[in-house]
Amino acid sequence: MIVLEGVGMTYRAESGPVEALRDITLEVGRGELVALVGPSGCGKSTLLRIIAGLRPATAGRVLVDRRPVTRPIAAVGMVFQAPVLLKWRAIVENVLLAAELSGLDPAAYRARAEELLALVGLGGFDDKLPRELSGGMQQRAALCRALLLDPPLLLMDEPFGALDAMTRDELGLELLRVWGEGSRTRKTVVFVTHSIPEAVFLADRVVVMTPRPGRVAETFPVGLPRPRTVETRASAELGALVLRVHETLSRT
Amino acid sequence: MKARSLRRYVPSLVLFGVLLLLWQVLPPLLHVREYLLPGPAAVVRAALDFSIPWHTHVWITTLEILGGFVLAGAAGVLLGVAIAWSAPLAAALVPFLVFVNTLPKVAVAPLFLLWLGYGVIPNALIAALIGFFPVVINTAVGLTQVDEELLDLGRVFGAPTWKVFLKIRLPNALPYVFSALKVTATAAVVGAIVGEFVASQAGLGTVIVNAQTNLNTPVAFASLLWISVIGLVLYGLVGLAARWWAPWADAT
Repeated sequence: MIVLEGVGMTYRAESGPVEALRDITLEVGRGELVALVGPSGCGKSTLLRIIAGLRPATAGRVLVDRRPVTRPIAAVGMVFQAPVLLKWRAIVENVLLAAELSGLDPAAYRARAEELLALVGLGGFDDKLPRELSGGMQQRAALCRALLLDPPLLLMDEPFGALDAMTRDELGLELLRVWGEGSRTRKTVVFVTHSIPEAVFLADRVVVMTPRPGRVAETFPVGLPRPRTVETRASAELGALVLRVHETLSRT
Repeated sequence: MKARSLRRYVPSLVLFGVLLLLWQVLPPLLHVREYLLPGPAAVVRAALDFSIPWHTHVWITTLEILGGFVLAGAAGVLLGVAIAWSAPLAAALVPFLVFVNTLPKVAVAPLFLLWLGYGVIPNALIAALIGFFPVVINTAVGLTQVDEELLDLGRVFGAPTWKVFLKIRLPNALPYVFSALKVTATAAVVGAIVGEFVASQAGLGTVIVNAQTNLNTPVAFASLLWISVIGLVLYGLVGLAARWWAPWADAT
């Protein structure tokens, strides 16, 4: 699905060129959920934007579905740390923005939008304005917006980073549910986070990155059984893996 | 809710009442003559003395203020859009607009009258000239202060520039435009009166100039009262419009 070959990124700052990413080689299979963890400023978010085609890499190649990425790719759902909802639009209209911006008839997607909102527990909030919802609920709406057009690829940039621990755990479970855990039609997900337990709990593979310039330090396959539940969080297996990732991170 | 919002006005009403009372009572006690400082009762009597053609003066001045306000609003929004739309246009326009804005408009007023003769139109133009600048700046700021991530969404969904403009930038700018229009409403009043001071045959500013020559101070004060009524009504209408069209922005 996603192939990164020696991807590097150097941008010009006033103080001179800054190398944000160096020689990233990584493959993400179809239906795989890969978490990127690393210290802040290691270029995780930049890497996500490079995959989306929002920023050009200055070295290497990016392929999505075997096609080189040279401009923003269609059929991708993006979720950011902030919900970035339009303040003046009701929740369901915010979800429908995905259709409108894509040049599709939003009326045709209304039923799906309402269905998605109900799926993440926002049924009955369709007509509320974003400011009437809590941060967690707003982020759920943002997730619905990303899912509206049923993209095969989800790129998530610390999507739960601004939420309190409890909401964060809840949304993690919710993400696994809408991701299609256990089904064959799972989406491919690249999930940037700085929470190691979150990465291990959600992902099939955890990619640990080094400080700037960001490189891949190590990749950990996560063997935890799916579907993952609240019990998974307390399992010794998860704990052991979190520890190993932690050790790798502190060595980098 | 309603009672509470009414109670909010109590302190300012009390202060207003006390000042009025002092204004009525103190000057006679201190032997201040009426042509220097007429009391509020005399002012109200003059304001309601319809042997003075108040309705004509109020009408003329209102026309000038409204004309100036609409002109300033329209020109301001158009220039703001131009500046936000294109960097070369911004580079060309901004220094010029700053120059125009730093000109003392009061000093330009006689030139306008020289070129255009006296009447409603030159006074409206002066009003517009005084009031347009904040609209330009706020429109441009509102159009450009958009979350980078929202623009990323636009790119990912392949939305054309005009659509991002219409669905994201323009609504985002509305509260900014309205807060500038509140300033413009006040500035337009100043502009219209300045125009009338310089040369005019009718209008509330003209009344003040004439009253001053005749030492008919209560009439001058009465005119001031009418001016402030127009100003307050216009300001209130802009506030209502803002609450109607941009209810998501907290009123200031």
